[in-house]
Amino acid sequence: MLSFMKDFLSRYFKGVFKNKKNIKLGLYGPPNGGKSTLANKICTDWLGEEMSSVSNVAHETREIQIKEQIKVKDKKGKKELAFNLVDTPGIATKIDYEEFLKSGMKEKEAKKRAKEATKGVIDAIKWLDDMDGVVVVLDSTKDPYSQVNITIVGNLAARNIPVLIAGNKIDLKKSDLKKIQAAFPQYKVVGISAKYGKNIQDFYDQLFKVMK
Amino acid sequence: MVTLQFVPYNEIASLTSVGRIRLLLNIAKENKIVLLQGRLKKEEEAELIQATMEEINKEFKGIELAVIDPNINRSEGFSGFKESLVNGLLGNRSGMTIIGPASVVKDIKKDPRKIELLTKEKKNGKNGKNGRNGKRKK
Repeated sequence: MLSFMKDFLSRYFKGVFKNKKNIKLGLYGPPNGGKSTLANKICTDWLGEEMSSVSNVAHETREIQIKEQIKVKDKKGKKELAFNLVDTPGIATKIDYEEFLKSGMKEKEAKKRAKEATKGVIDAIKWLDDMDGVVVVLDSTKDPYSQVNITIVGNLAARNIPVLIAGNKIDLKKSDLKKIQAAFPQYKVVGISAKYGKNIQDFYDQLFKVMK
Repeated sequence: MVTLQFVPYNEIASLTSVGRIRLLLNIAKENKIVLLQGRLKKEEEAELIQATMEEINKEFKGIELAVIDPNINRSEGFSGFKESLVNGLLGNRSGMTIIGPASVVKDIKKDPRKIELLTKEKKNGKNGKNGRNGKRKK
């Protein structure tokens, strides 16, 4: 009962004192879904500079990255959506440094990366409470029914945080957006290629709708 | 050999979130696959991932996690309300949660009504072929 009251009060006061100028939009998802590539695309489009480093090796982003005051305009250029973009480390249930060795990394470096990655996952989950909206970035060539995806989306729903699902990598042949839509029928799914900017305007349009 | 340990919901029902997570994680750390009756709360699933990350070391590489939810097409109206009320009061006992140590379980492939549990092959190559639905072929 006490924890319920605490939770209620914290949500109430968070809502009352929320500074609309500091809306936090989080990019969440499993590793290698393309969160940082999308973060870079958004920042390049609206700030003219990149945000995060990207790599084919999983867990490249191991710390929360924030880019402040991004202002996105709608198609007609009339409406504006301002937010602080939060690029988070990929959420995983297992991290094995030996996996990094396969990509040619030295043992010491691989162990360090694994340790940082575990901390990154913990931080990403802790930050969930601070988000005003979240784009869940999923690799559309992969199975969307993974428990990590379901846990992320379930936790966002439990916190009443608006969600847009970005099915990334639609430039690849194996991409299957319908499968993502079937897995999360209650959410809007937009297909994009963050790397090549494909369908990115549609993504911004959907972002306006979700964050209004 | 792969060991499956069944945990009835009654065993975790009276525990706090931390207690539940500790109990389940401790079993997984003994290299056993946990078959939990029912499911954790959404927030507890996230806390389980956090706790797992805190425990990762040379021996323990994490977990594979899957939840079978029979209420995937959740009923609506009065029966849906009754169901959420019962779940709220007594905990969610429907479905099943599988937690496997990453050193034993390679992958859990899941669609809404089927689970394929792929175990790791031992390095000597004698054991450890794929199993399905929590049962390992011998």
